[in-house]
Amino acid sequence: MMLDGLYQEIILDHYKHPHGRGLRDPFNGEAHHVNPTCGDEITVRVAASSDTFSDISYDGLGCSISQASASVLHELLQGRTAAEAAGIQDAFVALMQGRGQVEPDEDVLGDGIAFAGVAKFPARVKCALLPWMAFKDAAARAGVDVTAASSEVKA
Amino acid sequence: MTFDVARIRADFPILSREVNGHPLVYLDSANTSQKPAQVIKAMRLHNERHNGNVSRSVHTLGTEATSAYEEARGKVAAFIGAATPDEIVFTKNSTEAINLVAHSLGQHLALKPGDEIVISEMEHHSNIVPWQLLCERTGATLRWFGVTDEGRLALDSIDELINERTKIVSVVHMSNVLGTINDVAPIVARAHEVGALVLLDCSQSVPHLPVDVQQLGADFIAFTGHKMLGPTGIGVLWGRYDLLAAMPPFLAGGSMIETVTMTGTTYAPPPARFEAGTPPIAEAVGLGAAVDYLNALGMEAVHRHEQEITAYALKTLADVPGVSIFGPATPEGRGGTLSFAVDGVHPHDVGQVLDALGVEVRVGHHCAKPTCVRFGVPAMTRASFYLYTTTDEIDSLARGLDQVRKVFG
Ligand SMILES: Cc1ncc(COP(=O)(O)O)c(C=O)c1O
Repeated sequence: MMLDGLYQEIILDHYKHPHGRGLRDPFNGEAHHVNPTCGDEITVRVAASSDTFSDISYDGLGCSISQASASVLHELLQGRTAAEAAGIQDAFVALMQGRGQVEPDEDVLGDGIAFAGVAKFPARVKCALLPWMAFKDAAARAGVDVTAASSEVKA
Repeated sequence: MTFDVARIRADFPILSREVNGHPLVYLDSANTSQKPAQVIKAMRLHNERHNGNVSRSVHTLGTEATSAYEEARGKVAAFIGAATPDEIVFTKNSTEAINLVAHSLGQHLALKPGDEIVISEMEHHSNIVPWQLLCERTGATLRWFGVTDEGRLALDSIDELINERTKIVSVVHMSNVLGTINDVAPIVARAHEVGALVLLDCSQSVPHLPVDVQQLGADFIAFTGHKMLGPTGIGVLWGRYDLLAAMPPFLAGGSMIETVTMTGTTYAPPPARFEAGTPPIAEAVGLGAAVDYLNALGMEAVHRHEQEITAYALKTLADVPGVSIFGPATPEGRGGTLSFAVDGVHPHDVGQVLDALGVEVRVGHHCAKPTCVRFGVPAMTRASFYLYTTTDEIDSLARGLDQVRKVFG
C-alpha cells in the first residue's frame, strides 16, 4: 500500500514509544507552536549552556508524524553543540522540502531518514517540521542561533 | 416515489473516479458538496452562450445575463420561502454574508459599550470572528451559549443570556461539527421578546433540510452555494426587506449606487445596495440549477434519505472498536455530519489511512476550534453525507477504520 512510504516502522515506533517526552526543568528557552490548519500543537523547551543543548524536552498534541518527529529531534539534538544542531536542523528541513528528491544522509539524520517518505505528502510536511520550528524558536529564546547560513524555512 | 440513489449518483461525474486505486468514497460534503452534471452544464452553457455583465448593458448578451442572474435570485427566494426576491443578497459565501450583517447591521444599530451580542460555543469561526471584531470596534460585549455533553445548545440560561442589553443573536442552525440541528424557536422567541435581531447560520441546514424563513422566524439567514450542489464563489444572505432597506452598505463601488457625485452618493435599494461590483454571474446560474435539482428531488426526501444514512452510520460506527462519536448519538435532531475519535490515533493519521483507501473524510478542527476545545480534543475526524451517499460507502468507512487500527494498533 502506498502508505508504507509514509508510515515507516521507525516512525510508528517513535510515535508509540517517544524518546524524551514531557516538559522538564531547568530550561532557558521555550516555544509553543501551532499548526493552524489542523490544530496540532507542540511546546519545546531547551536547556542550553555554553552553546550545548544539555536537555531538549517537549510535549504536544498531534499526529504520528509530528510526534515521532519530536522524538527523533530529541534523539538527534540532545547534547549537541549549536553548530552541530544547526547542521542537523538544516539537513532535516532540506529533506522535508525536497519533494522526495533529496537522498538523506543517515550519518547526519539517524532515524530522521525515515521521514524521507513524508516529503512526498505535501499536506504532512508541516506536521514533520512543527517540532523543528518550535525548537529553533526555543533555542533562539535561550540565546542560541541554530539558523544555518541559508536555512530560511518556508513550511 | 422512492429515493433512487443509484440514479442520483449517475448525475455526479466525479463519483465515478478513483482515488489511490479505489473507487472514490466521498464523505466530505459538509466541507463542500459535489456538483451534478446539470449544474456544470448550466454554467458552461451560460458562459458559452449568454455571457455578459449584468445590470449595465443594453445589448442582448447583457440582457440575457441579467435575466439569468435575476432568475437565479428568484429560484433561491422561492427555495427558502422569502417574501420577495429582493430579500436575497448574493455574496461570495456564508462568511461574507455574516460579515455583511456584522458590519451593516452593527452600524445601523449603532452598537456601543453595554450592548451585547450572543453566539454559541458550536459556531464555525465565520460566525465567531466577525462578532469579535464588531465588539472590538464598538465596545459591545460578546456572550455565548454553552454546549451540553450530548452536543446540544445549553438553553437553561437563555433568559439571562438574552436580555434587554442583547442587540444581535447569531447562532448556527445545524452544526458543521456535531451535526446537531438546533431547535431555534425558543431562541428566536426570546430574542424578539427583548427586541434583539436574529441571524441564523444555515450553511449546513439549507443544503440538507427543508428551510422556510417564515417558519424559522429569524431576521437574517446565511448560506453558501458550494455546500448545496452549487459552485464555489457564491453565497446568500436573506434578510427581512425592511431591515435590509434600513441598513447602510457594506462594500462600496459599482452597481450599489443610486447616484454618485463628487461630493456624495445615494445608495440603491436592496439587494443591489449590498452587491457592489460585478457579482458571481455564472455562479448564480449554477446555484439556480442546483436549486432546481434539489427541488426536483424534494428537500423532505433528501432529508429523509440522509436521516436513514445517518442512522445506519451511527449504528455501524458504534460497532467499530475504539470509535466514539461527538454530538447526538441518535438521528433525532441531528443531520448527516458525524465527527468521531479513534482511540489512540490522531485524526490526521485516520484521514491519511482512509485516503489511501479512497475514503475522503475531513480531519482537523473544522474551523470550529471552540467546539473541539469543548469536547477536550484538538481535532476530530468527520464523515459527512449527502443525497448521493450510500450504505456501501458507510461500510467502506468502517472497513477503513479497521485498517486504521491495524496500522496504529
Ligand atoms: C456552519 C458553517 N458556517 C459557515 C461556513 C462557511 O462557509 P463558507 O466558507 O462557504 O463561507 C461553513 C462552511 O465551512 C459552515 O459549515
